Amino acid sequence: MNVDSIKTGVVIDHITAGKGMQLYELLNLGSLDVPVAIIQNVISRKMGKKDIIKIDADIPVDLNIIGYVDPGATVNIIKNEKLIEKLNIDMPERLVNVLKCYNPRCITQTEQELPHIFKLTNKEKQVYRCIYCETQAKNPEV
Amino acid sequence: MRSAIDIVDFSTQEIEDMIGVALDIIDNPDKYAHACDRKKLATLFFEPSTRTRLSFEAAMYELGGNVISVSSANSSSAAKGESVADTVKVVSCYADIIAMRHPKEGAALVAANNATIPVINAGDGGHCHPTQTFADLLTIYREKGTFENLTIGLCGDLKFGRTVHSLINAMCRYTGNKFVLISPNELKLPSYVKKDVLKERGIPYVQTTSLEEVMPDLDVLYMTRVQRERFFNEEDYLRLKDTYVLDMKKLARAKDDLCIMHPLPRVNEISVAVDDDPRACYFKQVLNGKYMRMALILKLLKEAGTI
Repeated sequence: MNVDSIKTGVVIDHITAGKGMQLYELLNLGSLDVPVAIIQNVISRKMGKKDIIKIDADIPVDLNIIGYVDPGATVNIIKNEKLIEKLNIDMPERLVNVLKCYNPRCITQTEQELPHIFKLTNKEKQVYRCIYCETQAKNPEV
Repeated sequence: MRSAIDIVDFSTQEIEDMIGVALDIIDNPDKYAHACDRKKLATLFFEPSTRTRLSFEAAMYELGGNVISVSSANSSSAAKGESVADTVKVVSCYADIIAMRHPKEGAALVAANNATIPVINAGDGGHCHPTQTFADLLTIYREKGTFENLTIGLCGDLKFGRTVHSLINAMCRYTGNKFVLISPNELKLPSYVKKDVLKERGIPYVQTTSLEEVMPDLDVLYMTRVQRERFFNEEDYLRLKDTYVLDMKKLARAKDDLCIMHPLPRVNEISVAVDDDPRACYFKQVLNGKYMRMALILKLLKEAGTI
């Protein structure tokens, strides 16, 4: 499958091999009623192996989620079989309702309508902490 | 709207300015007796606490202000399931400033994000308790005359003890300080405080389980209570609660100018016999807390343009 095989849609490229499925789940792509392909372990000159996700529809993807899971990934926007935009992804400063705080003492556990917000506190070590209780994020869940 | 949620929200200069105001209040109480005339402090305490609430109330009365109060979660709308956000929106209509204690971590931030008046965090679960740290800092300053080159022993529950985490954060800003972390293995300082605060800034520290061994090195000894309410398991609490008891025998090897502190209430951690020793500073700490709360209320109301 090639990038130009999509008429109009989104290609998430240069995903670290093995992270494609996690990204698929966090982006909730399984709920879409459009063709979505995950290609795993594609040979890459730059990365050795990589994963690719292709979405055959013009839908917005949450760049913050991609930046959180795999900041080295790239997002290609395809329209009429042409690459019209290539986005380099960076780690987002804040994640809203992407992760859930697992600390049972956190206010988000009792006040269900509060947004779960995490902020990047250490970019080098990719550490995100809950803005309410400062618990470090782990085991990302939707 | 400026609130006081965490000690790290305040710059070193701001803290030192508040200490300056507190010292001025101590010397010239009459100057401040009407500083908050006709202003109201709402104390919202959703978790049991007598002394912190009394300290805030005394602080506001000494500034000439008034206090309206919710004294327990059971008697408030929180018992009916009202959210923190709604509660503080309502209270914002009645008061000029809020002091809130809540058992859930992060509740104070939720309050500050939703109130239209300043919110002071009077303790949010095991997370932050900035006004206790302000009290601790004024005590260290009044007893030692400096914030630098001190060996600070922190003893007891260093895992759930929010006052300990905040004090480390505050004292890390000054040069030459060393920390001695004295706790049972189960209640050690969380690794994120060690990694993100101490190691990251290159602050020297040692961990030990023996208070006796390190006693001669200490300039400040901060004792803490093992808090029943932080444990999910009663057995663990009972096993660990009396690990450290400071008595006159242990103090025999301490420096003559050691400053013994405790955020109170104490249970068994400090023998009553120690109270008469001139090195016992924990009741002075209580008084210092009131002065720093006065300084903080003044600062926040001024910044809000209320006074």
